[in-house]
Amino acid sequence: MATSPDAEAALATIKPVRGSAGSAQVIRTGRGARFLIYCVLAIFCFYYLLPLYVMVVNSLKPLAEIQAGGMMNLPRDWTLAPWASAWSTAQIGVAATGLRPYFLNSLLMVVPAVVISTVLGALNGYVLTKWRFRGDTLIFGLMLFGCFIPFQMVLIPMARMLGLMGLAGSVPGLIFVHLVYGIGFSTLYFRNYYAQFPTELVRAAMIDGAGFFTIFRRIMLPSSGPIAVVCVIWQFTNIWNDFLFGASFSDFDSQPMTVALNNLVQSSTGVKEYNVHFAGAIMAALPTLLVYIVAGRYFVRGLMAGSVKG
Amino acid sequence: MSQPAPASRSGSDRLRDALPKLVLAPSLALVLVFVYGFIAFTGWLSFTDSRILPSFGWVGWQNYERLFSLRHWNIAVWNLAIFGSLYIVICCVLGLALAIFLDQKIRAEGFIRTIYLYPMALSFIVTGTAWKWFLDPGIGLQAVVRSWGWETFTFDWIKDSDMAIYTIVIAAVWQTSGFVMAMFLAGLRGIDTEMLKAAQIDGASNWALYRRIVIPQLRPAFMSAFVVLAHMAIKSYDLVVALTGGGPGTATELPATFMYSYTFTRNQMGIGAASAVIMMMMIGAIIVPYLWSELREKT
Amino acid sequence: MRKFNTTFAAAIALATSATCLQAADVEVLHWWTSGGEASALNVLKSDLETQGIGWQDMPVAGGGGTQAMTVLRARVTSGNAPTAVQMLGFDITDWAKEGALANLNDIAAAEGWDDVVPEALQKFSKFDDTWVAAPVNVHSTNWVWANKAMLDELGIAQPTTWDELVAALEAVKASGKTAVAHGGQPWQDATIFDAVLMSTGGPEFYQKTMIDLDPEALGSDTMKQVFDRMTVIRGYVDDNFSGRDWNLASAMVINDEAAFQFMGDWAKGEFLNAGKVPGEDFLCFRFPGTAEQVTFNADQFAMFKQGDAVSPEQAALATAILSPSFQSAFNVVKGSAPARTDVSNEAFDACGKQAMADLATASESGNLLGSMAHGHANPASVKNAMYDVITAHFNGEFDSETATQELVSAVQIAM
Repeated sequence: MATSPDAEAALATIKPVRGSAGSAQVIRTGRGARFLIYCVLAIFCFYYLLPLYVMVVNSLKPLAEIQAGGMMNLPRDWTLAPWASAWSTAQIGVAATGLRPYFLNSLLMVVPAVVISTVLGALNGYVLTKWRFRGDTLIFGLMLFGCFIPFQMVLIPMARMLGLMGLAGSVPGLIFVHLVYGIGFSTLYFRNYYAQFPTELVRAAMIDGAGFFTIFRRIMLPSSGPIAVVCVIWQFTNIWNDFLFGASFSDFDSQPMTVALNNLVQSSTGVKEYNVHFAGAIMAALPTLLVYIVAGRYFVRGLMAGSVKG
Repeated sequence: MSQPAPASRSGSDRLRDALPKLVLAPSLALVLVFVYGFIAFTGWLSFTDSRILPSFGWVGWQNYERLFSLRHWNIAVWNLAIFGSLYIVICCVLGLALAIFLDQKIRAEGFIRTIYLYPMALSFIVTGTAWKWFLDPGIGLQAVVRSWGWETFTFDWIKDSDMAIYTIVIAAVWQTSGFVMAMFLAGLRGIDTEMLKAAQIDGASNWALYRRIVIPQLRPAFMSAFVVLAHMAIKSYDLVVALTGGGPGTATELPATFMYSYTFTRNQMGIGAASAVIMMMMIGAIIVPYLWSELREKT
Repeated sequence: MRKFNTTFAAAIALATSATCLQAADVEVLHWWTSGGEASALNVLKSDLETQGIGWQDMPVAGGGGTQAMTVLRARVTSGNAPTAVQMLGFDITDWAKEGALANLNDIAAAEGWDDVVPEALQKFSKFDDTWVAAPVNVHSTNWVWANKAMLDELGIAQPTTWDELVAALEAVKASGKTAVAHGGQPWQDATIFDAVLMSTGGPEFYQKTMIDLDPEALGSDTMKQVFDRMTVIRGYVDDNFSGRDWNLASAMVINDEAAFQFMGDWAKGEFLNAGKVPGEDFLCFRFPGTAEQVTFNADQFAMFKQGDAVSPEQAALATAILSPSFQSAFNVVKGSAPARTDVSNEAFDACGKQAMADLATASESGNLLGSMAHGHANPASVKNAMYDVITAHFNGEFDSETATQELVSAVQIAM
């Protein structure tokens, strides 16, 4: 790849690009083609929205209506009772507390883990791209490979380590576990982003006598907005939705919301209150959905600004 | 990196040189211990007679011999091949197509993009039940379409031993293709417009423009998408358990569910560890060459 | 062999680091998360509360205990074992072998457990003559649940032999309804297999194949006949059976869509919840040919070592579990039979009374056998290996001849 388009793209990353850029500026499409395009896009909107529609619609029906069939029909008797139940009165274990108490546990676990792994990823990316040394590519490769390890495989040895470190069954323990397995991805995002960052600026600052952390604070961080958002979205989603670690490494007082939701949905006897299940499931997904909707536009911008270029 | 060439280096200079490595060191240490150390541990476990908990009795290759003779395992590997290749190919094709369409100065682009992206935010405990309903012939799509009048419409793949694996593909594609689309969209936005303009002036058709210029320039995006998709394909445990539980019979068993089942349910940790090692080797065989080629270009 | 390892879990359990548990609390890991089960468990919780012992709940649902068992491994490996864990059959034996369970002999002696708990159950509650778990209930699995109205309409009498059963199934199928309400999950297929095997070969054959794992018996013609009979039953389930949950199958019988369900006694709860009355709306009887046998599975609370001696809270919990009042109250709600044979059957319904009577008789006559399908005949590895073969055969992946051979080799590998 020639250097000038790279430099152009790299400079472009410093200022977020608004509106559509790239190929669409040049390639024009006729009206027939545009109509077809809109049709295809609409069809796929249905495909993606269908499960959510089924869940929302059925979470607002009384149980009798669900049992009568017709999963796609709009509710005849609209009711918010399932939502109230899922929040505060559904049976989770011996106690009928709904999902509410578990949200705090999840938050306490997710927020520190996301923050720390993002910061560490940024620092790592910074080191790997602006302070090169022999073997740094190998180190990056080693860290990257760690993204692929299946969690079931590390469950037992991690349990042992947590026990040895005295972190078993506690929220710090959970934070630690998610941190360890989140570093690979956050380093990947930041490293690729910073790789597109012009080194001349950094070098100039170094010659001016700026130190390691000063450069990071003054030059790298301020432009890291988009990729930080990508990283935060990815980590938040993965950690919030994780079940295996949350169930295995928590105690009775630190169980995250995914475990509670699982208990709600997977009860094996008795009437399956599908409406409550769906209400609970949507409730559990609201934080991540919110993050996606609010930060979503930064998502593409952030991806655009270098992580995609490998 | 330029350094002054002093006769002697002061302590603070040495500290400054070492600082980047010091900053990187904790993360590297964590990865070395908690990823590679654990892989080594699992590898060691695969040669022991571990059942319910790790044990120290050495049994050589016995676990591997047993593993490969298990019909169950061979089905799981075959399923992964089918599922993995379909999943990755369909996601890439679909993601690319949707990205190209969305790139055409569409009104409400942000809105549509959010709709395509949101499935990634949901876990399968959340959506598993909805999909299970949807795919169930008795209450799902088949029942609905039949109630609309098409009496002979059949869509009972999820109950069919031969077709069940394809329902997993449908649900998996649903979850990740939006993300892949976002990656391609970002890539499209970074395309070099000069080359495009030049080719347009030369009279190239839209189709040729895409085929010859745009798509080749998306190669890095393809690579990143491949990494993310391969990662999800191998980890797809929650999805299978939520949709089919590995059934009907063993029709949708995957190495991830196999490994979990043998380690935690069947109290045969030795065989479970052996299957995990094979899984890691399969992952390595795909990821390592890719990483090697990508990272070498960088330097 | 595993002598090196007996100390592994024991050492870890002993080195338990302090948790936020108060001294007078018990942490209980279980998977009873639905309304009915939870109210049953609340009986125990309130009992303990009157004694000043707090109940710290650690519910993990999923897979009939599979997820809970995974969580347990992680907890034990990290040195943070819960006080008591709900467990079934051979899992208790496996954990006891690791040295992770506490010695309850003092309590057992004081309360006289040896006399009131059936022998067959004690096999799982004890390890090496040491009590390690407190049994809560006895479920039996060779039941048939039938829609009485449908049977009456078609003039079918309660079948008592295999041939009568097939005739009945044929009659129901001919009338257009589903004959057997079934959910195509491995454990459900295996539950039917248990009953068919017991019916075909009798208790001695069951003992030889499922419990002793004798290869000759496993590969015999009788076994092939069992598989043939499974194929017959396969012909009487509806097209949609694959993956269906067991309580949805019960619903089919309740809603007059199907005539029979072959399921354990937890199905009774579904019928009762729907307002059906035993004897009037539905029938409960033993699988034809197994009238004198009871294949059982028993939920037990295994006590994990929390230090050198049994803690007072654990002792209190164990005593409470086996107290006659709790046994009666819990099992009435849960739908199973008490684990103590000296509990009065006053509060139980008709099917419950029959269950308790059958249990007592079977225990005396040596006909109380652990259910393979529910982990009480052989260890988890063998049970799952059998599941594989049974399910594959039921789904038509091989014929009876091959299935028999597969069964022999699968058990071989799993042992």
